[in-house]
Amino acid sequence: MILTNYAEIAAMILFGIGLMLLLLNKNMIKKIIGFSMTDSAIFLYLAAKGYISGRKAPIVTDGVTSAEAYINPIPAGLVLTGIVVSVASSAVLLALTVRLYRKYHTLNLDEITDRARKGEE
Amino acid sequence: MARQLDPNGQSLYARFSRYLSEGDDRLDQDMIREVDAPPAVHDPEPVPPSAPFPPVAEGVKTRHTRVATVAYQLIAMLLTAAISMLLIWTTAKLPSFGDAQNPAHNEVARRYVENGMDETGSVNLVTGMILDYRAFDTLGESNVLFTAACVVLMLLRSGSREERIEIEADERMEDRNRDEILQTAARVLIPMIMMFGCYVILNGHLSPGGGFSGGAVIGAAMILYLNAFGSGASGRFLTIRTFRFVSVLALSFYSLSKAYSFFTGANHLPSVFTTGVIGNLFSAGLIPYLNIAVGLVVCFTMYAFFALFRKGDI
Amino acid sequence: MQILMMILLIFVLAGAVSVALTRNLLTAAVVFMAQSLALSVIWILLESPDLSVTEAAVGTGIDSLLLFVTLKKIREVDHVIQSEKEKEEARHGQTT
Repeated sequence: MILTNYAEIAAMILFGIGLMLLLLNKNMIKKIIGFSMTDSAIFLYLAAKGYISGRKAPIVTDGVTSAEAYINPIPAGLVLTGIVVSVASSAVLLALTVRLYRKYHTLNLDEITDRARKGEE
Repeated sequence: MARQLDPNGQSLYARFSRYLSEGDDRLDQDMIREVDAPPAVHDPEPVPPSAPFPPVAEGVKTRHTRVATVAYQLIAMLLTAAISMLLIWTTAKLPSFGDAQNPAHNEVARRYVENGMDETGSVNLVTGMILDYRAFDTLGESNVLFTAACVVLMLLRSGSREERIEIEADERMEDRNRDEILQTAARVLIPMIMMFGCYVILNGHLSPGGGFSGGAVIGAAMILYLNAFGSGASGRFLTIRTFRFVSVLALSFYSLSKAYSFFTGANHLPSVFTTGVIGNLFSAGLIPYLNIAVGLVVCFTMYAFFALFRKGDI
Repeated sequence: MQILMMILLIFVLAGAVSVALTRNLLTAAVVFMAQSLALSVIWILLESPDLSVTEAAVGTGIDSLLLFVTLKKIREVDHVIQSEKEKEEARHGQTT
């Protein structure tokens, strides 16, 4: 099988690594880093979908407005919004982690659930 | 910095790394005692230590819990491996990377590229697309940023003085930032960074850039100001009132100028903001003003995130 | 150009694996920041300069900065709890 889409394949491997960080690690900070990594993988995939080889960035130069001279601008617009939303959700997750740490004094998710269960009894 | 070498002769980076790291997912008690003698805190009334949690004894982790943990890890690994394999196998069979005949490049992209400069007036086709053809998406995204700033404000704001531990922690973080080198460098750098940020925002429709990146650059300059000069100096003009006023004003301006499409459909209202001469700074209709609005929302949101984490209050 | 892109993608993947395998949280945050920087260069190779500037400013700057300041805040909360425990023990030691 000849692999020509190595950017997309690397994006999917990155997605898998990020998902594994999110599911398997018990530390909250690592989970948040994994979550942000899956977002980056999806942006890489989208931007690789919009690329056409041999053409230039979508900024009109020398008055050339034919569609054969520029890459597809639509995925770039989607990723631009996505990057900022990813930062916003990371910030909310980190604020929740700080509040959890203030109450339970640990970053380990198993111990947090244990202490929460004991606190309810 | 007052602390160059500790008595053990370790390098500064090794101390910094141990200071910030969570080595074994537990507290290292002797590491805490070693780093710095805590400065004297005025204590009018005795504060009981936080309620001790019963330690999770080893016998509590029954066999059932252990089996459940191992089963969870196994299932998670299998699921992740299956999803990854499926995705990799699928992307290898997709149309080739960079091919001009991809189904992803359809007539919508053709319309945006060919008529983009005439209809929107902006030379940068991506900016023209996200602020004119698809302005709703950017409105939604600015709202998401504002909502995230409100949520972090609710979670981390310690204005009612109820959590005493958190207040003391914030005050102690404030005591450690009188650094000569940082202040001298900041005095030179902050005006230049702000000028560059304003340039990137205003030239959003003529060159790569736009509201998001310019706003993040200006937000970084404000964060540098807070770091170098402390919260006393920056609290004079970067207060909660400024944040509220600027964010709400920018967001309402954006909403009012683009939300009439709820009622008129795709028909534009006739307005004084025409396309103008393409290539000028204030051409392209409403796009420079919308860029400024988005840039203001982004910069104050980024500053609010950092200030709430750093000192518990904007 | 293809070789440069492949090298950068390998760098990103190696950084991801190293974030997964390290136990030191500061190392994870710094490698994450370097990953954002490599990603910013990849956006240029994919002919999208808007994304490159935005990722450099937002991803490398603000996202990693929030991770650092969270780690610092957690450690400061530990310091204060520790010092209060010591004061309480000292007070008990004086009264008994």
